[in-house]
Amino acid sequence: MFQFINTLLIGVTAGSIYSLMAIAIVLVWRSTRVVNFAAGGLALASSFVGAAILEKSGSFWIALPVAMLAGAVFSAFIEYFFLRPLLNRSGEKNQEIFLPIIATLGLLGIIKAVLNFIYGDRIGVIPPPLSDKGFIVSGESIALSPLRILILGIVLLLMIVLTIVFQRTNLGLSLRAASFAPEISRLAGIRVDLIRTAGWAISGAAGATAGILQTTNGSGSIAPESFEFSLLLVFGFVAAVIGGIESLVGAVLGGLTLGIILAIILMYVGGSLVFFAAFLILILVLLVRPQGIIGVKGGRRA
Amino acid sequence: MLKIENLTVDHGAIRALHGVTFNIEKGQLAAVIGANGAGKTTLLRTLSGLNKASEGAAHWGEHNILHAKPESLVRHGISHVSEGKSVIPELTVADNLDLGALWRRNRKEAAKSKQDVVDLFPRLGERLSQRADSLSGGERQMLAIGRSIMSKPELLLLDEPSLGLAPLVIEQIFQAIRELTTAMGLTVLLVEQNAMGALKIADIGIVLNLGSIAATGSAAALRDDPAVRAAYLGF
Repeated sequence: MFQFINTLLIGVTAGSIYSLMAIAIVLVWRSTRVVNFAAGGLALASSFVGAAILEKSGSFWIALPVAMLAGAVFSAFIEYFFLRPLLNRSGEKNQEIFLPIIATLGLLGIIKAVLNFIYGDRIGVIPPPLSDKGFIVSGESIALSPLRILILGIVLLLMIVLTIVFQRTNLGLSLRAASFAPEISRLAGIRVDLIRTAGWAISGAAGATAGILQTTNGSGSIAPESFEFSLLLVFGFVAAVIGGIESLVGAVLGGLTLGIILAIILMYVGGSLVFFAAFLILILVLLVRPQGIIGVKGGRRA
Repeated sequence: MLKIENLTVDHGAIRALHGVTFNIEKGQLAAVIGANGAGKTTLLRTLSGLNKASEGAAHWGEHNILHAKPESLVRHGISHVSEGKSVIPELTVADNLDLGALWRRNRKEAAKSKQDVVDLFPRLGERLSQRADSLSGGERQMLAIGRSIMSKPELLLLDEPSLGLAPLVIEQIFQAIRELTTAMGLTVLLVEQNAMGALKIADIGIVLNLGSIAATGSAAALRDDPAVRAAYLGF
């Protein structure tokens, strides 16, 4: 029982980080209908910015918001200069809808290559800002540590902020409307181009947070060819698909579900099966419930 | 005044509108009728900035409205309700309405517009917190027109508001459209397949045929014109 609760705690923490990555993917999908493979590269680049700021300032609390800002700027930059011209051109022709997807794959490669060029063999370091030693309960160390509480707190706070922005503000209404019905939104006076860039920017900030938290929850260091980040991107996609790709709530639940399942497999079955399980879940969801576990058939959630 | 001169629009190699010229006075309700494929929808989409014109000019008052984007034309008082109950089904009725007024700075005036909509369509007022996909076809059309009113339009472009609605509901919608001109002073360009219904409420009529104007005149005169009757009114 004790071990099972520990497994759940590990799963929920890891899953909350996948949720953030899934949110980054869902936001871009909803605002521009683009599957954004570059999200992994953007998270990596902003995490490097975070590591650099941490080195200079020594404060995680300065590094995190700066990395989020950097993620937002990088992401908006990519949307504005690469995706917007491409989307405006490919427009209605069906055979060209795959172009933006290929473009984001290319951008992922370019971002990694640029980071490789800048950093080479050097790594960025983001050590845990709080202790990662578990609390002691009746003589035994549990998986809940100050660091895990911090991670869950940051993710929860971001989700509350995002929910308020989406449900209660004009920006949120514009984002939702522009994603569901761009033409009607334009006729209603929404500057859809601008709103799309804003969607990408928020996505970039979410991805940057996921990158920083993943690093500090994991090895504490990042390299341009970081395996951790490839995993983060893949798990983010799986979480987004479990959640039905359209829904922010779905992304969160998808991330938590995936985190818990993978933690259970890691604990009770074996580490070698974790990737197999993640991809198996992805394929099964796509085959059996392509609308996602949480998604409502035939209906999109605002 | 809406002044359209020699408006020509191409969809690729196909000429959808061919040298269309007409005027609508401020406060008039003009009905554009014609068969499927006559270019009615293209006309509206071009005036609201969704389609590009190849030639010609269109002015709303002083503003040259060709080559402008829909989101800026809204700010100049031109609002387009596109074909097929153009509401966003995933959003609530209130959100759909608010969407039309997001660009307006003056929150008080926007709230007043919302009251105007609810007064015009009380059924929307009862359903503000429901998702738009729970509405009937007629209510959706009311919502689409309501969202347009939230943008404080001077010129309203309506594309087939009667499409797919029951006769009794069509009657209500047409009454409301008439009220928009008579009571609220809007200028309305109404595109309709339902030629008889449209000509009954309109001040003037414009008959489009294969992208060109076949006839114009007062709505009453067109209703009595034997050629128009035979071709579009069915008797």
